[in-house]
Amino acid sequence: MTQIERHSFDVVVMGAGGAGLRAAIEARMMGKSVAIITKSLLGKAHTVMAEGGAAAAMGNVNSNDNWQVHFRDTMRGGKFLNNYRMAELHAKESPDRIWELETYGALFDRTKDGKISQRNFGGHEYPRLAHVGDRTGLELIRTMQQKIISLQQDDEREFGDGEKFIKVFAECSIQEIFTKDGAVTGCMGYFRETGDFIAFDTAAIVLATGGIGKAYRVTSNSWEYTGDGHALAMRAGGSLVNMEFLQFHPTGMVWPPSVKGILVTESVRGDGGVLKNSEGKRFMFDYVPDVFRKQYAETEEEADRWYTDADNNRRPPELLPRDEVARAINSEVKAGRGTPNGGVYLDIASRLPAEQILKRLPSMYHQFKELADVDITKEPMEVGPTCHYVMGGVETIPDTCASPYVQGLFAAGEVGGGMHGSNRLGGNSLSDLLVFGRRAGLGAAEYLDSRGGAAVAIDEADLQAAIDAALAPLNATDGETPYTIHHDLQAVMGDLVGIIRNADEVKDAIVKLDALKARAKNVSVAGDRVFNPGWHLALDLTNLLLISESVAKAALIREESRGGHTRDDFPTMDPKWRQVNLICKSDGTAVEVTQQPVPTIPTELLSLFDRAELKKYMTEEELTALPEEKN
Amino acid sequence: MGYKAKFRVYRGDGEQGGLENYEVDVNEGEVVLDIIHRLQATQTPDLAVRWNCKAGKCGSCSAEVNGKPRLLCMTRMSTFEENETITVTPMRTFPVIRDLVTNVSFNYTKARQIPAFAPPADIKAGDYRMQQLDVERSQEFRKCIECFLCQNTCHVVRDHEENKEAFSGPRFFIRAAELDMHPLDARTDRKSFAQAEQGLGMCNITKCCTDVCPEHIKITDNAIIPMKERVVDTKYDPVVFIGKILRRKPRETGKI
Repeated sequence: MTQIERHSFDVVVMGAGGAGLRAAIEARMMGKSVAIITKSLLGKAHTVMAEGGAAAAMGNVNSNDNWQVHFRDTMRGGKFLNNYRMAELHAKESPDRIWELETYGALFDRTKDGKISQRNFGGHEYPRLAHVGDRTGLELIRTMQQKIISLQQDDEREFGDGEKFIKVFAECSIQEIFTKDGAVTGCMGYFRETGDFIAFDTAAIVLATGGIGKAYRVTSNSWEYTGDGHALAMRAGGSLVNMEFLQFHPTGMVWPPSVKGILVTESVRGDGGVLKNSEGKRFMFDYVPDVFRKQYAETEEEADRWYTDADNNRRPPELLPRDEVARAINSEVKAGRGTPNGGVYLDIASRLPAEQILKRLPSMYHQFKELADVDITKEPMEVGPTCHYVMGGVETIPDTCASPYVQGLFAAGEVGGGMHGSNRLGGNSLSDLLVFGRRAGLGAAEYLDSRGGAAVAIDEADLQAAIDAALAPLNATDGETPYTIHHDLQAVMGDLVGIIRNADEVKDAIVKLDALKARAKNVSVAGDRVFNPGWHLALDLTNLLLISESVAKAALIREESRGGHTRDDFPTMDPKWRQVNLICKSDGTAVEVTQQPVPTIPTELLSLFDRAELKKYMTEEELTALPEEKN
Repeated sequence: MGYKAKFRVYRGDGEQGGLENYEVDVNEGEVVLDIIHRLQATQTPDLAVRWNCKAGKCGSCSAEVNGKPRLLCMTRMSTFEENETITVTPMRTFPVIRDLVTNVSFNYTKARQIPAFAPPADIKAGDYRMQQLDVERSQEFRKCIECFLCQNTCHVVRDHEENKEAFSGPRFFIRAAELDMHPLDARTDRKSFAQAEQGLGMCNITKCCTDVCPEHIKITDNAIIPMKERVVDTKYDPVVFIGKILRRKPRETGKI
């Protein structure tokens, strides 16, 4: 048996983005010892990239806002495939989670009366996003990082050991979760810096590993987003829900090529920016779908009035949910009305004075100036869709974030599934990770209390097998480099399971993914274990391949178009498919997809909507419990 | 428009290593990090570099390009001549782990030594009221992406390992300033703590930190100098002096 560093913690939190840090804080407050594991340095997680804000119905800017309105917007955005209970908890608890951050030291932008300011965003009826300029994610991460330091300082004072209850393991990558009789016993991984292995004996693991964007070439996601939590959950016996739904953010940079995909915040549109094609036409008015017709302006004049008088005018169509805007841009470019670099124009320069742009969108100004040499106060930006977010994720019980299949396994944030249905609204991610990060930490603590203090230990043979598997790419010789396989994987997913899909292409992708899996078995990397990026990629590839297979297989089965899943061979939304969740499970080698009914929305939540609106999404049988329409 | 650029990159660990020469393709619009990635993918699969967002927002890819502290992802290749040799080395102030990756744990240690935000005892969550004007000063410092380039360039520690114990560096002077200027922070000893425990006095305001900050935070003018001026303020400004007496809060020792 190889000697390796070994630890024992009550809870192991995998991922140090917003959800992971919030889970760790909660578990610590419940008196549990917590290991926080992050693939990067602390404070670098993908949450820092979130720009626009965190949605919470505080009603600071428009007092008509409340949790019911937020719930309605979230369900509409997700085309009613959302797990209703998650959407309900999220809408109800977001304000408290935001206010709590102020007690940790967060400094949000303010309204005139000194409250937290809130901005408009796609799909949100009222100004709802708490924000700090366009760097809200950084504020969240830093605030929680500093809260963790604060808790460690308390422990230092009280126990003389700042790491007694919370210890951070930075640049550490988890490779395997271990279970016994369907319950978590621990996990193992390696330090990126040294290549040394590490194992944790623990009864509770919170997955907070984020998304899967690195399966695509054009993505706003960083290298960390390799679907680790998704894949680990499946290999441990857990399930994923609705992996076919991927959010392509409508506005990524399209030039220069090396930054293609980097996010251009939706706040540009929330603050007045408009989309134009190469003919100078504000084309979004042509793309308002029937289900949203009532809520969106039909003329430029009305749309422009909305920014100053939202109560008496309807919203500009640039602020439709992201899936609608992404498809519209895609169509304009396909119709030959795109920009020279294959995007459309996003114009804020002609809409706001330069000093307002610098004040409200400082990091966008900076990003375009430094990376593209474009001054956004003078010229329009060129933008196009980029793979941004996976709505699908680990299936959990909403109130506790616990896996229904693996005891002691929890998931929160982007790695979790269900909350956002088929499409996430902008701003609902930062609030999601606070609400469910807290609930996952709480869920883990309550699970530990319920099972008593019985010790858990990883099975030694399992641990050795995981170590051997991790070393395989280094021990192999004459194999293929992981870089080419990753490159080919991104091509398959981008070309065949991208923003617009059809059965033939997705079938082709599934065949090609199988071939890639075979090639990945023979991967070999040069060098040793010390900070070796080739080896890291080889290990991450296993996860990416398993997740890509889940996305492709689910995408083939769902024969309709809804939110982040568009099939040009089944171009409409089908109420029958609204009743179906697709569940992925795996033995670690192949993915099986089964159908499972969507939980029935209780009448008291359904009655928050007009019957006429629900009829666009649901079958008549589902609406029998509701009173007939009043005319 | 592509061309082959000449690169010299540090390869090695903390014990031994040196600059190695490479020729590598460059395409339009690329940044230095793209070239490092191309080296990884085509010539040196084990070349170590730290990076995350590739958009100047996470502060992971800090290094030195031709001796200047820079984010690799925000250094455009078009700023160099095509025949120029570009030298990429790790940050000098921190121990090298491998190639371009350094051990920056110094910064995380210093972060833990600054007393956290102290919430006001009498205000409930949800009842915080602050004016935009009052939060803006601290917000400037909260833009910090913790790239640690300011720490790297600061000559108090750059070639003076012996000063690291007593000196927390510009990144943490702005943290102290941010808390000092926070409208609702309940502690009143941020400046004296910075003087007594963070080594603020060792800074002689040469503004090197401000020059390298990719977020353009005015570290010296807006944080360090106001923090240094504290003693003058309280001694000689009669309004501030009397105000302090009238609203005196219990003094803290400056220790945590």
